[in-house]
Amino acid sequence: MPDWLTPEEWQALSLSLKVSFWATVVSLPPGVAVAQALARGRFPGHGLLNGLVHLPLILPPVVTGYLLLLTFGRQGWLGSALWDWFGFTFAFRWTGAALAAAVMAFPLLVRAIRLALEAVDPKLEQAAATLGASRVVVFLTVTLPLILPGVIAGAVLAFAKAMGEFGATITFVANIPGETQTLPTAIYAFLQLPGGDAAALRLVAISVALAMGALVVSELLSRRVAARIAGK
Amino acid sequence: MNFRGTTPTMSAGIDLENVCCDFGTFRAVDNATVSIKPGEFFSFLGPSGCGKTTILRMVSGFIEPTEGAIRIGGKDVKGTRPNQRPTALIFQNLALFPLMPIWENIAFGLEVRGIDKATRRKKAEDLLKLVDLPGAADKMVSQLSGGQKQRVAIARALAVEPSVMLLDEPLSALDLKLRQHMRAELRAIQKRTGVTFIYITHDQGEALAMSDRVGVMSQGRIQQIAAPRDIYDNPVNGFVASFVGENNIFEGDVGPASGGIAALTGPHGAFRARVLPDAAGKALKLYVRPEHTVLTRAKAAENSVQMEVTEVAFEGAFISVHGQAAGGKRLSAEVKNDGVTPVPQVGETVFASFDAARALLLPDANVRG
Repeated sequence: MPDWLTPEEWQALSLSLKVSFWATVVSLPPGVAVAQALARGRFPGHGLLNGLVHLPLILPPVVTGYLLLLTFGRQGWLGSALWDWFGFTFAFRWTGAALAAAVMAFPLLVRAIRLALEAVDPKLEQAAATLGASRVVVFLTVTLPLILPGVIAGAVLAFAKAMGEFGATITFVANIPGETQTLPTAIYAFLQLPGGDAAALRLVAISVALAMGALVVSELLSRRVAARIAGK
Repeated sequence: MNFRGTTPTMSAGIDLENVCCDFGTFRAVDNATVSIKPGEFFSFLGPSGCGKTTILRMVSGFIEPTEGAIRIGGKDVKGTRPNQRPTALIFQNLALFPLMPIWENIAFGLEVRGIDKATRRKKAEDLLKLVDLPGAADKMVSQLSGGQKQRVAIARALAVEPSVMLLDEPLSALDLKLRQHMRAELRAIQKRTGVTFIYITHDQGEALAMSDRVGVMSQGRIQQIAAPRDIYDNPVNGFVASFVGENNIFEGDVGPASGGIAALTGPHGAFRARVLPDAAGKALKLYVRPEHTVLTRAKAAENSVQMEVTEVAFEGAFISVHGQAAGGKRLSAEVKNDGVTPVPQVGETVFASFDAARALLLPDANVRG
């Protein structure tokens, strides 16, 4: 633990990293699947799925958080079922913070992967199919290597978004130090305290550095996706 | 080289039986029936939108026919997915995998089948020799020229030892010189391997030069299936005659046929030409090719039209002469550049004549009424 952060600040930072890591990792497989469906699929409800995925981007985060609370809260229709059957709950747990972050970051993840997928010539996949590859093999050997930089860029963006998530998190799982208090909610809490400015400022600096880093990494990777597909 | 396909017995025939394919209300392929023999080089020839690519996509399994049956090697392939059909498809844009070196591109189908790396590498190198590209194994796709990429695409398709090779206008992206060279090359590879080739093209020169048989298509219908020579010399309708070459066309009323010859009487006079037995009762026009049209100063005994020469174009081996007959009708003739045959001048009045045996009375295309 570095000595320029108090235990409380360090706790918020490490919790944020943990929440964002899991939010990103867990949403990756469904993110790729949804991106694939949106980029390639032709099915009824295509527009609906597209709208649903992008909803968290346009809804006020508080609304998303409240909807999550209604759904996954202990009294929520899905939350109560999860609690009754598995004794598991998202409410006021770090897993809930991760869920909120994942939902908020999902549109960014899907967008980046979808863009990469749309740049892949479907003929490459069809050629692989006529050479005997099943759909799964085509995806793993042809599509995935081509979109990998896009997937990584999407993941980096999603991670950064998750690190900064505030409204949905605080509405859904509140602001409990050590359990649901992430960097942004910690900054908010420090700002409410007399003399908390210095601590808040340190966390702000960390947030800015992480966000900038993520943006740079994402940009570099997006450029590589284009170059790779162009056959460099 | 031990290549399974070198014996023609490994290749499969393809039967299309009353195949139809609808896209919504649009019928892309209408009642196509054709039997392609094992080891045959068969071309579907037609303008874009005629349904030829749809046929290819149905054979490869990317779309299912709305009606009718497709059999490969005698087996109905309905419901069989593209990766389980004994076909390999070569796309117009080749679709080589950009992240893999050449040898991995070629060996892709083998890797999918779980063949070990050493065997894959060996096979890829053998195939590179077959397509005349030795030493390219470790290059990347972007380092190759258009013609070389073409060869890699062929090698990649041959690697999986398909019974049927499907080629979707694979030469159209190449320049003229290379295209002519690759024609001969493709034909040679097909002969060497004995694999059945189904070739899609809108270039009649390509289809006529390479194929054993050609199926000419228009508006979703197969108009004629025949050897290239027959397609050119004995087209069954005006569409086929016009698609594979130039024609002078005369309209008029057709009299009764006798001995396969009938008379056509129209604004440019009376002509005699060959007529097919099943043409009775159809609206017919007379088609004769410019190279079968002879120019003379004096009127010939029959099938002779007076015209004024409007243009003389030197084409090298022959001279293309265009002129106008009565009523502004445009006619063309090809004069051999043999130093003997006289070449008319622009403004000169000549007679364009043709042999009745070289002219055909044909109906228009076979389309839905």
